[in-house]
Amino acid sequence: MKTTYREAIRAAIRDAMHRDDRVFLMGEDVGSYGGCFAVSLGLLEEFGPERIRDTPLSESGFVGAGIGAALGGMRPIVEIMTVNFSLLALDQIMNNAATLSHMSGGQFSVPLVIRMTTGAGRQLAAQHSHSLEGWYAHIPGLRILTPATLADARGMLWTALQEPDPVLIFEHGSLYNQAGDLPDVAGAVDIDTAAVRRQGGDVSLITYGGTLGLVLEAADRLAGDGIEAEVLDLRTLRPLDDAAILATVAKTHRAVVVDEGWRSGSLSAEISARITEHAFYDLDAPVGRVCSAEVPVPYARHLEQAALPSVERVVAAAREAVGAHG
Amino acid sequence: MTGQPTERRTAADPEHSRRLLRDMLRVRRFEEKCVELYSAAKIRGFMHVYIGEEAVAAGVLGVLSPDDAVLATYREHGHALLRGVSAGAILAEMYGFQEGCCRGRGGSMHLFDAATRFYGGNAIVAGGLPLAVGLALADKMAGRSRVTACFFGEGAVAEGEFHESVNLAALWQLPVLFCCENNLYAMGTALGRSESQTDIALKASAYEIPAWSVDGMDVLAVDEAAGRAVDSIRGGGGPHFLELRTYRFRAHSMYDPERYRDKAEVARWVERDPIDLLRETLEAAGDLPEETWTTIQGEVDAEVQAAVDFAEAGTIEPVEELTRFVYSEQAGGTDKTGRTGRAGT
Repeated sequence: MKTTYREAIRAAIRDAMHRDDRVFLMGEDVGSYGGCFAVSLGLLEEFGPERIRDTPLSESGFVGAGIGAALGGMRPIVEIMTVNFSLLALDQIMNNAATLSHMSGGQFSVPLVIRMTTGAGRQLAAQHSHSLEGWYAHIPGLRILTPATLADARGMLWTALQEPDPVLIFEHGSLYNQAGDLPDVAGAVDIDTAAVRRQGGDVSLITYGGTLGLVLEAADRLAGDGIEAEVLDLRTLRPLDDAAILATVAKTHRAVVVDEGWRSGSLSAEISARITEHAFYDLDAPVGRVCSAEVPVPYARHLEQAALPSVERVVAAAREAVGAHG
Repeated sequence: MTGQPTERRTAADPEHSRRLLRDMLRVRRFEEKCVELYSAAKIRGFMHVYIGEEAVAAGVLGVLSPDDAVLATYREHGHALLRGVSAGAILAEMYGFQEGCCRGRGGSMHLFDAATRFYGGNAIVAGGLPLAVGLALADKMAGRSRVTACFFGEGAVAEGEFHESVNLAALWQLPVLFCCENNLYAMGTALGRSESQTDIALKASAYEIPAWSVDGMDVLAVDEAAGRAVDSIRGGGGPHFLELRTYRFRAHSMYDPERYRDKAEVARWVERDPIDLLRETLEAAGDLPEETWTTIQGEVDAEVQAAVDFAEAGTIEPVEELTRFVYSEQAGGTDKTGRTGRAGT
């Protein structure tokens, strides 16, 4: 079946709405507008305004309402238009969703799914271009998913809805038009493991979400030079699949982490640290990192592109790792 | 719509009034003991007592049903107690023991109890309001006739979450009872120094919901207004808003030197102590014989003493359980790393 990332998410929402009466979608412009990125187009007509619920521009209010509805037995899918606006709901996500289970001694849980767009690359400038999924992965009590493929866009939502705890799904804005084939029977996928998207023995390229595509392209280019890169798609940023990270490093002895977040205090720093903590003696080269430049993402195309991870930078980092003496 | 609800109940039902008196006294004596135990370093962290404001919790909680939901602030010992959480479990929580209502993970500011649908215990000002909206949304979507009562201080009115929540509840006509405990001070900031419009009920009424100001030192007035509001909500009347005008007799927390208000002002309010007011009303009507009052006090003191005994006998949770409940223990089989490891990641 030919489909797109956008349609795969829509199919996942429809499927969940049909399978479980407790599921509803809530957020800004999810109904009449069809979703800011047209993900929920047509769902209002199919399910009605009770279950495809437009909200005012009240991120803290409707995210908190999602938490409350989850406490009250529903299975809400809350859509925050973009990660940038999720900062207005950070209190609810961090102080309530992430803490209620532990703080109540396990009496309450928050089976809530929050979806949001993340990332840069579309000349939207600083306030619409953040990549903060790594920040959210810092928070105990949350699960953080970053679907990079059609199968994950289609399959992660249902599994997330089965979780008793809050799950945040980050959809990179550049992926919605990604097209490809999906089996007609495509459905739920696991949300615990990283996936090797390309086998290779010379260097491990570790990434997730919006940068998977450029990392695979970089791997192809490296193959032309006789360097076989293994590409690991993390898929889930919290909890990290340590076993998969350590396994690929044990195989290639070299690793480059590619992350659209800023370098300082980032997810890439965490992965690099885990590798040095647990696989230091497997390494033949320092762990490399390709991250975004430490600037608010600028509007002008050439400046924005210079700020973001690119195929060229990944290739260069991989070559440097391979060239290092072990 | 603003203004006073009409026809407040008087002490016409002495049995009911005596129950309210007893409830207020339970909170008062329990918290006086908490202050004593805090001074003895049995209780640590931040602790905020409700002394002076008891009529609000007693009046509102008395009209709720067991399957309604309640959310409160970090000044919530009284709400938890009157909702039905045992005094022992609350005190053990403040001691940090696993016999506490949250196994010692929450402390004074974070009391929770699933059995009584008591959803905290929220220490972020206005942080509980969106949750109340969501709980009520779940009830409405499921066709349940339940009410969610949400307590917050007048300081919360300055927060965006207040406005977002009242608007959502009004827009979606959700069964929420908003209870603003207006004690005139947001920590040390007087209402007039933080709000351009100090009439809170008027402010709430801008969201097109019934909003009443109530004498929060008169438990019978609170009881009457809350009863009327809850009846209306259950009847499909949508959210209601009560501004309960009250006063905190003690400091904001155990660390507050109270530089921001005069002792004379406090003394004026203490003259309207809600417990004394009701007791005097009942006595004047001949509805509170001295032996009845003595009996009530004895029973309350016994309850508090039993709570202290329970807390004193508490035990600490093994530190190996530190990471329990970061994620739910009923999580499915998707956790291949093991529960403890997962919490640690």
